[in-house]
Amino acid sequence: MNRAPGFFKRLAGGKGKRESLKRDAGKSSKPRTRAQFNLRGRLQLVAGTLGLCSLALIGRAVDLQLIDNDFYRKQGDERFLREIEIPTTRGMITDRNGEPLAVSSPVESVWANPQELTKNPARLPELAKALGVPPDYLKRKVSQRATKEFMWLKRRINPAQSRKILAHNIPGVFSQREFRRFYPQGEAMAHILGFTDIDDHGQEGVELAFDEWLRGTAGAKKVIRDRRGRIVENVDLVRAAEPGKDLTLSIDRRIQYLTYRELKNALLESGASSGSAVVLDVATGEVLAMANLPSYNPNAVTGGNRDAHRNRAVTDLIEPGSTMKPLTVAAALEAGVITPQSRFNTAPGWMPNGRYRTTDTHNYGVLDTTGVITKSSNVGAAKIAQLLPNETFYSFVRKFGYGESTHSGFPGEAAGLFPAPARWSGTTKQTMSYGYGLSVTPLQIAHTYATLANHGRAIAPTFVKGQRNDAKDVLEPEIAQEVMRMMQTVTEKGGTAPQAAILGYHVAGKTGTARKASGGGYSRRYVAFFAGVVPVDKPRFAMSVVIQDPTIGSYFGGLVSAPVFKNVMEGALRLMDVPPDDIDTWLAAQAVAEAKRARVGGGAIAASVMPVEAMVPSPEAPQ
Amino acid sequence: MSLRIVIAVLILASVVSAVGVVHARHRHRQLFVELSGLERARDELNIEFGRLQLEQATWAESNRIDQVARNRLGMKFPEAADIVVVRP
Repeated sequence: MNRAPGFFKRLAGGKGKRESLKRDAGKSSKPRTRAQFNLRGRLQLVAGTLGLCSLALIGRAVDLQLIDNDFYRKQGDERFLREIEIPTTRGMITDRNGEPLAVSSPVESVWANPQELTKNPARLPELAKALGVPPDYLKRKVSQRATKEFMWLKRRINPAQSRKILAHNIPGVFSQREFRRFYPQGEAMAHILGFTDIDDHGQEGVELAFDEWLRGTAGAKKVIRDRRGRIVENVDLVRAAEPGKDLTLSIDRRIQYLTYRELKNALLESGASSGSAVVLDVATGEVLAMANLPSYNPNAVTGGNRDAHRNRAVTDLIEPGSTMKPLTVAAALEAGVITPQSRFNTAPGWMPNGRYRTTDTHNYGVLDTTGVITKSSNVGAAKIAQLLPNETFYSFVRKFGYGESTHSGFPGEAAGLFPAPARWSGTTKQTMSYGYGLSVTPLQIAHTYATLANHGRAIAPTFVKGQRNDAKDVLEPEIAQEVMRMMQTVTEKGGTAPQAAILGYHVAGKTGTARKASGGGYSRRYVAFFAGVVPVDKPRFAMSVVIQDPTIGSYFGGLVSAPVFKNVMEGALRLMDVPPDDIDTWLAAQAVAEAKRARVGGGAIAASVMPVEAMVPSPEAPQ
Repeated sequence: MSLRIVIAVLILASVVSAVGVVHARHRHRQLFVELSGLERARDELNIEFGRLQLEQATWAESNRIDQVARNRLGMKFPEAADIVVVRP
């Protein structure tokens, strides 16, 4: 208070000083005269000025509050009205029978407001303990983001776990619902389904190919939030959340598992490094099963082991080896240069091919066209190819889809390598006739055999149930039938793969054993193939089995891959209720077995019943 | 005189419509809250359903069934001798 006079003096400024000087001067020289001034006028001036000022203030207030009020209203709203996202679920993927293969399930993600956290540094160790991270690490993380309003603490944990963390009631710690993908079939389906990343975007496989379809669009709503971020009131719905759509695949879970299991067993038995198997529905082109090894667990995808993530059945290129021969024969039959009865002299088991040789494993002597397939004679295939003009052979094989992707829509599908005749050398056609010098995927091999089985009508493979790709006629039905009959001899007595025969069904197939190309030549490592169709009369399934690098025992396709084909197809035929087309052989086999049993058992019927009964009371016995 | 009546009616009408707006707005909020609640309930049920399906699928995992059938229940695939072929 005592400072006030001085304050006012300062306010009065220089004028007051000058006046007082003048006054002092007047006092000394002249008698004092009172200055005349218009008091009323001055008062009016002051009042008028003040009035104008307040008018301006009122005017501005009116302008801000009534006329031009958008700006501050917006500013005000921004402080408590928030548009928040409504999370939505990703669509489910099911197999053809509606069994779930990929399901999104809710998980909680714990997040924090670092600004709030830094206000209570004493509670950080407690929080670190609840999260299970070192306190120093958490402290560093929080101080790095001290100016931000949001940071993840722990993502995608069990709801129970998150409740435990929230129970500590540390200010600034919240949780939010997110969705995680679960794959109940695990490894067996990993390659087809692929997986999603932490933000639920498809990364591989079907998850990637159909990402748009599966992914929902998150909705948005307006809410009023208080200072702590709690929602006080829902104001309005801006956009309704649209959940992702479900997807039904053409895969049959049971056949898929069977394929995976049998492939795994075969790999273990043969000591092979990797393998693929594809089962197609002949009439529709649907992929019923597609298994690869090595596989990975899609529920816990890690950065490493990228090699196992590859869907080898559609991405890996291999030389098809002898599985190519039926195409060579079909090309020659269609061109009319051979008939099924044509005879070829394959003696002495080899023939020259430029600087190289085309060799057979044995000297088969004179073979007819069927015999070339039955015995898988390279020399025979080479002789057939010699009768074909380059262009005819090329365009025929090209029609079957070698050298271009099958258009299955699977991400990363390889097209294969099938050079045009202009780039062939003198030996190329001959080596191609038995499957070297070109590369294809296991899916392409299965597709080729499905086309042969489907009376020469090619249908692009699909992974979606009910989708029918357009059929293309690539081969005359009679010739396709002829080639099927030839391939049937492969699994019969005298063929290269009696291991693929299924009791009660006619099986058409072709073995293959290719040496792996490496560094310009061919190594002593092998690829064992089997591709086949069953049943021959009304084909239902086409399957290709590719096993790379068998190291234990035999490396022949007939011994390594054919048993996989047989076991899977036997199961698939039963699962899909396919009637047997060769019941006579089955009845005959049964009669033989019964006669044998009668002979061994003699007169005592009880003896033949005993072993069966003995098994019943011991269910725990290992099988 | 008639002018006064008109004005009175207009004032009354504007008051009524103002109350109507307030009421509609209030009702809208109430219904929106109810809608959000029901939607949440629906989502919860869907999620629960998904969770149960997941659980079922996990129990029905082919490999597990295979193991249980073979080892615990002692089941096996009938051998050729156990199958009787009947001519249709």
